[in-house]
Amino acid sequence: MDLHDLPKPKDLMDIDLNKPPETGWMNNPSVFKDGTYSYPAAGKNLKILGMPNPRQWAPTDEDWKLPENWQEIILKGMKERLEKYRSFRLFMDICVRCGACADKCHFFIGSGDPKNMPVLRAELIRSVYRNDFTLLGKMLGRFGGGRELTIDVLKEWFYYFFQCTECRRCSVFCPYGIDTAEVTMIGRELLNLVGLNINWVIEPVANCYRFGNHLGIPPHGLIDMWEFMADDVEDITGIKVNLPVNKKGAEILFVTPSGDYFADPGTYTCMGYMMLFHELGLDYTWSTYASEGGNFGLFTSHEMIKRLNAKIYAEAKRLGVKWILGGECGHMWRVVHQYMETMNGPADFLEEPVSPITGTKFENAKQTKMVHITEFTSDLIKNGKLKLDPSRNDKIIATYHDSCNPARAAGLLEEPRYVIKNVVNNFYEMPENTIREQTFCCGGGAGLGNDENIEMRMRGAFPRASALNHVVAKHDVNRLLCMCAIDRATLTALTHYWAPDVTVGGIHELVANALVMTGEKERTLDLRGEPLGDEEEDE
Amino acid sequence: MLVDLLLENKKAIIKHWTDLTIDTYPPEGGSFMRKQKDPFANPVGAAITNGAEAIFDWVMSGSKDYSPDVVRRLDDIVRIRAVQQFSASDALGFIFLLKKCLRESIPEKMMNDQHLVGELLRLESRVDSLALTSFDIYMKCREKLFEMRAMEIRNRTSRILERACMKYGAPHDW
Ligand code: SF4
Ligand code: SF4
Repeated sequence: MDLHDLPKPKDLMDIDLNKPPETGWMNNPSVFKDGTYSYPAAGKNLKILGMPNPRQWAPTDEDWKLPENWQEIILKGMKERLEKYRSFRLFMDICVRCGACADKCHFFIGSGDPKNMPVLRAELIRSVYRNDFTLLGKMLGRFGGGRELTIDVLKEWFYYFFQCTECRRCSVFCPYGIDTAEVTMIGRELLNLVGLNINWVIEPVANCYRFGNHLGIPPHGLIDMWEFMADDVEDITGIKVNLPVNKKGAEILFVTPSGDYFADPGTYTCMGYMMLFHELGLDYTWSTYASEGGNFGLFTSHEMIKRLNAKIYAEAKRLGVKWILGGECGHMWRVVHQYMETMNGPADFLEEPVSPITGTKFENAKQTKMVHITEFTSDLIKNGKLKLDPSRNDKIIATYHDSCNPARAAGLLEEPRYVIKNVVNNFYEMPENTIREQTFCCGGGAGLGNDENIEMRMRGAFPRASALNHVVAKHDVNRLLCMCAIDRATLTALTHYWAPDVTVGGIHELVANALVMTGEKERTLDLRGEPLGDEEEDE
Repeated sequence: MLVDLLLENKKAIIKHWTDLTIDTYPPEGGSFMRKQKDPFANPVGAAITNGAEAIFDWVMSGSKDYSPDVVRRLDDIVRIRAVQQFSASDALGFIFLLKKCLRESIPEKMMNDQHLVGELLRLESRVDSLALTSFDIYMKCREKLFEMRAMEIRNRTSRILERACMKYGAPHDW
């Protein structure tokens, strides 16, 4: 290059950063930037599940290898669902575009991308609905807010429906109760019809379908893992906990997300359950068949939720238990609470759950026969059935992340807080507009918590992190508690990037730290194998 | 003194700079970041606005060393932009926009004053040094993302691996 071609210093001052184009959202094609999308489902997994169009492809390819009549398939699928789900048709019809939901999505807040505004996310589908299913749209086309289902539109669906964690925060603010998470669910169902899905969802589904858990660990492998944890418990407490597996005639079947068997920090919560049940002398059982509380069917299709969920009741029946207890979980609770009874009920072979320790009847679980562990434990504490020494958790300054599904979808707001306040002395809430019903998502739910999607996750995680950093600065908070196995994994990444001095953990880990057990040796270590006291703090 | 003149215009300069920075987002996102004042509802907007003021103050301060505050504020903004839909140059370009804002706030005719231009160049090199620091922060953030990806793949099955090693010995013995 000639010297005189170089820009003059004055020109250099005319900095013009690449501004986003102002062409209007309908015309902007999606850009699949690395780190912002999930890898597609492997063909072998789709085959296992009998799902359409198994093949090798990548979202960055020009040709997505769709069936020739993909448009027809999707429009037909839409028609069927508009007839089958009244909610879907309603959500398509009644949005007045008031914008109340627009700035409530963590992905929009963290990215500024308008297509992450819930109203626009739904509009991606609604525009096609208008075009093909309403008279006005058919007549007016684009002027009536309709648009044709082109390949670019389909690619946009794939990009943005796998950028929604189905957390339902937006629905809290909609005056009409429109639930964009449900629109996303239908959007994903439609995408599935032509073979557009992500491996992080479909592989766990395929594994769960065949082996009963997300990682596809066979029964002896599971038992091995549980024994391994029981050994750790023995090292710490001196007590060999009772570990009943597949025990016929037990009173209670315990089901929890398998993420907590295999990966820290979930494992500590899992050890916590074992210790609690042992101390209570509970007549319960683990199951190698219903070994997964999670249900990634929820992120696939209604049919798949049902298929995977059915195994819990089937196992309860096979073992002849009276009722089911569920561990700390997120979307498992949404499935149990909102779909289980309709899909696989009535569970008339089970009894209305009654705590064998306190005699409390869990009337709220009359239908499903399944109780959440924080309901169970808070009832124990309320009735004075546990000997607790919260000072064993004094090293921990905790805050609580309301995991979206149990909080927003199932209303479990007080029970976890009641338990936490009884087992830890230092507890501080994050700002009001970021907790309880308004809690911000971890950014990695609904199958988006995979490593290739890390940038998008960090965008979505930022609102939660900013609230967290507020209590870190104000109260020196060093532990982020949560009640969901996905959270325990995704929040760990969140803190790593946004708040590196904070560790993540479940509630029952702290319950077990504080639990004074009959015959235990003097406790010097917490469940993580770290000293209980402050010794190592001055390092 | 140039600094006095710029300090008099502090509000306008900061507003100009935050506006230009926010303009790097799509218009709908930008207008939200400008309007919503609650820092927890709009953490990106808050980081940019609070950061801009702290950074401006440091540039004007003449202090040789970075204050912890200015580094933290810079980190706040860069950490966010490192995971957004930007190329590296677009992510960090916002720092240089401050130079543009400083220059444009000086009346044209004053630009003939040798002494004043000298002062301006001195301030601009302070902005440059911040830009270099933000490169470091940006790289650390990006490295961390890759480290996290590797860590996640490892952690997902950490217990299984640990158990396997206990039972069967370390992988090189298999
Ligand atoms: S459900 Fe959650 S992730 Fe999806 S659009 Fe609403 S707020 Fe965003
Ligand atoms: S709040 Fe409800 S009605 Fe208003 S734009 Fe959002 S979805 Fe539509």
